[in-house]
Amino acid sequence: MSAEPHYTLYHPRWYRRRVSVWWWLQNRSYTGFVLRELTSVFVAFFAVVYLWQLRALAQGPEAYGQFLARLKTPLLLALDTVAFLFVLFHAITWFNLAPKAMVVRLRGKRVPDWVIVGLNYAAWLVLSGAVAFVLLRG
Amino acid sequence: MPSTVELTVARYRPEKESEPTFQTYEIPFRKDWVVLDALNHVKDSLDGSLSFRWSCRMGVCGSCGMKVNGTPKLTCATFLSDYLPGPVRVEALDYFPVVRDLVVDLTDFMRKLKQVKPWIIRKEEKPPGEGEYLQTPDQLDVYKQFSMCINCMLCYSACPIYGLEPSFIGPAAIALAQRYNMDSRDQGAAERLKILSEHDGIWQCTFVGECTKVCPKHVDPAAAIQQYKLTGATHWVKSLLLPWGAR
Repeated sequence: MSAEPHYTLYHPRWYRRRVSVWWWLQNRSYTGFVLRELTSVFVAFFAVVYLWQLRALAQGPEAYGQFLARLKTPLLLALDTVAFLFVLFHAITWFNLAPKAMVVRLRGKRVPDWVIVGLNYAAWLVLSGAVAFVLLRG
Repeated sequence: MPSTVELTVARYRPEKESEPTFQTYEIPFRKDWVVLDALNHVKDSLDGSLSFRWSCRMGVCGSCGMKVNGTPKLTCATFLSDYLPGPVRVEALDYFPVVRDLVVDLTDFMRKLKQVKPWIIRKEEKPPGEGEYLQTPDQLDVYKQFSMCINCMLCYSACPIYGLEPSFIGPAAIALAQRYNMDSRDQGAAERLKILSEHDGIWQCTFVGECTKVCPKHVDPAAAIQQYKLTGATHWVKSLLLPWGAR
């Protein structure tokens, strides 16, 4: 497409409604969509906390102890809880949408949506289990 | 069962109004009536000045798309009985300029549709004497869903991205491009790639998913777009790794 988008010609008598700033409150799925987009902020938040943790770890046991103490403050606990809920929402909504983007055909027949969703959830459980095993082993 | 129901219709008469107003009509309620029947009743018996489009009244032509109680619907397939006790609010589709009352202008879509080349492209046409291009039922099955589109524009009216970014190619046009890309007889995918994978194509879509929900023919344009994102991204990676072999 050309660099300049084409718009329908202006016609003085046609009525064009402006999109309201509050369009995403018009129905529940719009609101759900905007919330899902917003989850990216919380995913980024977890990434930043993780980087902060690595930095503290590199600085030695004292810095790491301080980092752990900070994590236990009510403000960070509350933030973590909210972020966790958003990340959970992020994961679940994207897993449920996966079969739309992934069409797998086996012997000419389309693999049913529930199988694709199921495999995603199964992979999630197995990976979470593996991480939990590594962390809780000691 | 009520004997009448209120029909609230958006009116826009450019010669005397600067923006749409609502007019309410009391119409007889019949359980076999769809919203389009109610509009035709208004036009025939109550107010001949009401303007709206319709043709086949059986969900095939795609002319009678309007918003019913805020949701884009084919009015020929939307029963009044599902909206009892009323009132039933009918408005023109969102995001298209309103020409009059419930009639919108679709020039923008028509131009975009043409850009995605929704027809079978062959590198070399074989002479008609050599026969048809054959296709198996399995090959048909791959794209059939996307071929059911009737251009009713409900998906555009449900897409907030199209409202906010009018240059977006939009759900139906991309689904129809995919319909031809996935057709085993077509060889034009590379020609469609440019328009589809540029800024106003698939990457404008943030997967709201409402286009699929409102589609009366179960085309699932949201899936068509997400699947093409995968194709577009794969092509991009290939062109990086194998600059000589990807085209």
